Amino acid sequence: MARLGKNLTTMDLSYISISDSANLLAGRELSSLELTRYALERIERVDPHVGAFLLPTPEVALQQAAAADERLARGLGGPLTGIPMALKDILSTDGIRTTCGSRILADYVPKYDATVVERLRAAGAVLLGKTNMDEFAMGSSTENSAFGPVHNPWDLTRVPGGSSGGSAAAVAAGETIYALGTDTGGSIRQPAALTGTVGLKPTYGRVSRYGLVAFASSLDQIGPLTRSVEDAAIVLGAIAGYDPRDSTALDAPVPDYTAALSAGVRELRLGVPREYLSEGLAPGVRDVFMQACRLYQDLGAKIDEVSLPYTEYALSTYYIISPAEAMANLARYDGVRYGLTVEGEDVWQMYAHTRDQGFGKEVKRRILLGTYALSSGYYDAYYLKAQRVRTLVRRDFEAAFERVDAILAPTSPTVAFRLGERVSNPLEMYLSDVYTVPINIAGICAISIPGGFSEDLPVGVQIVGKPLDEPAILRIAAAFERATPFHRQRPPLQVPV
Amino acid sequence: MSEVSPVIGLEVHAQLLTRSKMFCGCAAKYFDAPPNSHVCAICAGMPGSLPVINRTAVHYTVSTALALNCTVETESKFDRKNYSYPDIPKGYQISQYDMPIGRNGWLDYRLDGQTLRCGITRVHLEEDTGKSLHTTVDGREVSLVDYNRSGVPLMEIVTEPQLSSPGAARQFFEALRQLLVYLGVSDGKLQEGSMRADVNVSLAPANGAPGTKVEIKNLNSFRSVERALAFELERQRESLANGKPIVQETRGWSEERGITISQRTKEYAHDYRYFPEPDLPPLIMTRALVDELEASLPELPAQRLDRLQNEYALSTYTARVLTGEKELSEFFEEVLRTAPELQPVTVANWVTGDLVRLSKDSARPVSESRISPASFGRLLLLVQSNAISGTAAKQVLEAMFETGEDPHVIVNRQDLGQIVEPTALKALVERVLDENPEMVADYRRGKINVDKALMGKIIASSKGKASPQLVTEILQRKLASDI
Amino acid sequence: MPISRDVVEHVAQLAHLGLEPDEVDEMTSQLSSVLDHISRLQEVDTSEVPPTSHVVTLQNIMRDDEVIPSWPPNDVLANAPRRVDDLFEVQAIFD
Repeated sequence: MARLGKNLTTMDLSYISISDSANLLAGRELSSLELTRYALERIERVDPHVGAFLLPTPEVALQQAAAADERLARGLGGPLTGIPMALKDILSTDGIRTTCGSRILADYVPKYDATVVERLRAAGAVLLGKTNMDEFAMGSSTENSAFGPVHNPWDLTRVPGGSSGGSAAAVAAGETIYALGTDTGGSIRQPAALTGTVGLKPTYGRVSRYGLVAFASSLDQIGPLTRSVEDAAIVLGAIAGYDPRDSTALDAPVPDYTAALSAGVRELRLGVPREYLSEGLAPGVRDVFMQACRLYQDLGAKIDEVSLPYTEYALSTYYIISPAEAMANLARYDGVRYGLTVEGEDVWQMYAHTRDQGFGKEVKRRILLGTYALSSGYYDAYYLKAQRVRTLVRRDFEAAFERVDAILAPTSPTVAFRLGERVSNPLEMYLSDVYTVPINIAGICAISIPGGFSEDLPVGVQIVGKPLDEPAILRIAAAFERATPFHRQRPPLQVPV
Repeated sequence: MSEVSPVIGLEVHAQLLTRSKMFCGCAAKYFDAPPNSHVCAICAGMPGSLPVINRTAVHYTVSTALALNCTVETESKFDRKNYSYPDIPKGYQISQYDMPIGRNGWLDYRLDGQTLRCGITRVHLEEDTGKSLHTTVDGREVSLVDYNRSGVPLMEIVTEPQLSSPGAARQFFEALRQLLVYLGVSDGKLQEGSMRADVNVSLAPANGAPGTKVEIKNLNSFRSVERALAFELERQRESLANGKPIVQETRGWSEERGITISQRTKEYAHDYRYFPEPDLPPLIMTRALVDELEASLPELPAQRLDRLQNEYALSTYTARVLTGEKELSEFFEEVLRTAPELQPVTVANWVTGDLVRLSKDSARPVSESRISPASFGRLLLLVQSNAISGTAAKQVLEAMFETGEDPHVIVNRQDLGQIVEPTALKALVERVLDENPEMVADYRRGKINVDKALMGKIIASSKGKASPQLVTEILQRKLASDI
Repeated sequence: MPISRDVVEHVAQLAHLGLEPDEVDEMTSQLSSVLDHISRLQEVDTSEVPPTSHVVTLQNIMRDDEVIPSWPPNDVLANAPRRVDDLFEVQAIFD
């Protein structure tokens, strides 16, 4: 193992932060090529055990690293220039295969970049590869990938969470410095919690969805997975902002998300929803959460109980609205213009065979659910009803935010469960999202940070904020991080070196 | 045998004359473009693409709703209409379901000299689909799909079922087309597919109960609307007369065979599962916008008809012909602007007569002929000043229609200048009279039409160049004086 | 609220999912349990509550009517499973 730069070990490099990398690169102590090569080698060694990557992109990475080095040499680098990252395989990348974890797109190569990809390119980011995920972002364990599951770096027999399991595991295992994931019902935050990383879901409309292969259009958002709160703030700053190509993107200025990270939490009012401390919450997770609340009090925040009475209905609302939108968003996969095609006696059979063979069980389940909820005779009772309850869930948060600046909550009711443990029971799997889904339904922002450990496995703590109040949740998260050691702990990762 | 009466409604789809498509920047004018050359991620339904509404398409639709006397809804939105077909790239079409842009209007149309009114149920905006071409490739029967048309803005206008005959449906459809062309929102070129109609037709018994509706889809000419309806009504009458009830269904029209055909029943009934389009925020039509669009509505056919009659003292019939095609009335007025010395009635007669005939014969609209209003005016001035005869002018016009040349050039080249010099004309007349003493004698004896025959000979002897007016005068004087 | 096998079959057809009979059985039982949970939404009084179609309160988001160059046909057809020149090929459909 080479020693790179002054006092750096390779272990340090595996878990280096964005800001430290940027400093090294700016000080010419390290080149992007070196940093990138290092990451690629680590992926080669570690990923056969973790399975985070569907497609490593070494050629592209080295090209981009070389270009970044040139830019850095001319003093034209920015906060992300030359720093390797990974993208969830649901983001359209020009000329680079994008599968969405599905057989139906196994050989699909897009001819355009998503807006967030364009922005990261422009910032000089280096793409290490596309990460594994639950098929079409439907799942909470990444076991629904058509290409094999991802193993949690903390315990390879367990799931990393989902649907952004690959991105989270890659960050947790030191395979990449940061990654982008997507969150529709918790798919950034829950894997972040299960892998001891930081995962942020921005306010709906904060980040452009152009080029994000749609699952549920009114819920999807792209966000960062990182090892520190500051890193999450840096990445958010690079990808957020108005995009005329997305009619749901907000035309609101993008602040410097790193500016107020050290402001602390003194005198801030933090709410704890009484409905979240329910039966489903595992005792170990509850303990970690309660301790986190006490720590916030020690740091000077005021903790108050709040009530979000419609919490128990948020999951049902989600499991009507998201499959309904997904049914429509996935109708385009019919074997005509791209993707898998399976012959039949006529076009209709071709559609049926293609989709039967191309989609996995979970995707089919949700398409069926969505089709049912929208079909003639059921629309009012299901879809319309869910839209109305959605309003009630939003109002819950609006009322709570009259009294508190942010809400503290657990992220996942349990720690990482074992691979195969919940696959045969969809309902049980859906219940993993109980604390994350309401945030997507309301369209507000939230971050999950390493909150502690239970049974030697990471436990996440969630900070939920008002629309466009990412600065507040980042500040509150940063305060916890400064006062705790959890984010510095590394998974044991028993892999041959 | 109880009386049955036809109940007909129309559903018209008109492609809007925007530069770009409804939800993306691809060029909307695709006629004759190479396949799949006006396509992008959005109109091809590529994974991750998102729609963005074309403002002009919305404005055109609001203007149409206003011109059709509709209420423009304050809030309007788009919905997903979910169904699968190879030419539907997203597997759903973005359309409007329960909150269309306009509702509850009407349009007047003429039928057999009467003005009738048909109600408009709604006007809404959606995107067009791609096109499939059926053919055989290497022995395989295939459909080849082109997405150039996919995403073109499509306005849908649905009428109340208040049309009572195939003729009425046709006249209404023509009036609607005329209105859309005047508005500048459609080019009205049915033959290029920019407007098409579906019709609903039933026979209602005298007791007021509704008849069973049959839908005939994709009629793309006025003629086919009329013929299809006529056939279908006859088919339904016969069916009922034979005691066979009408099946509610969708039928297609075969122009070659002149019949409607039941379309093979699709395996799955269409449950469109409409829901609000999550990718597009709603449209709020402010009072200010609606007022602005209303104020900038161009002159509509009915208004122009009145104005032409009043301003130029034209007959209703002539004014109707001129306003029938927007470009014709514009041509007429432009001619008068360039040559104010001309009489409006004269110009109108030439335009609605010879020019329209030439246009029809060559199947070329006036705007695509090579005659400019200015040169047309110059031609008419030549006639007015007697420089050429009316007959010669028709010849010159034909040449102008082909070549676009200035009338003077053609007159000189074809030596069509009229002889108007009195001495020359007198000599012509005298020579013919001298050469035909029997005819003169016949005239003296009171035989009728001899003078016309003499006129004919005189004009012929001048190779058509003698001014008929002046020759007539001279001939009449000579014939009268020698008695 | 349990869902019947027939309804699942019908819905699968509507969604063009060619499910095998045993898949239909599996889906029927799993969907029944999910729908059972979801049906608790009926308890909620939403009589005075408007539906939320969009969480962002945006309106009138539109673009100018400008032409942007289209993709080259080869890009459009780059992933076409079957292609004849610059057209997508599918089996013939008869209406």
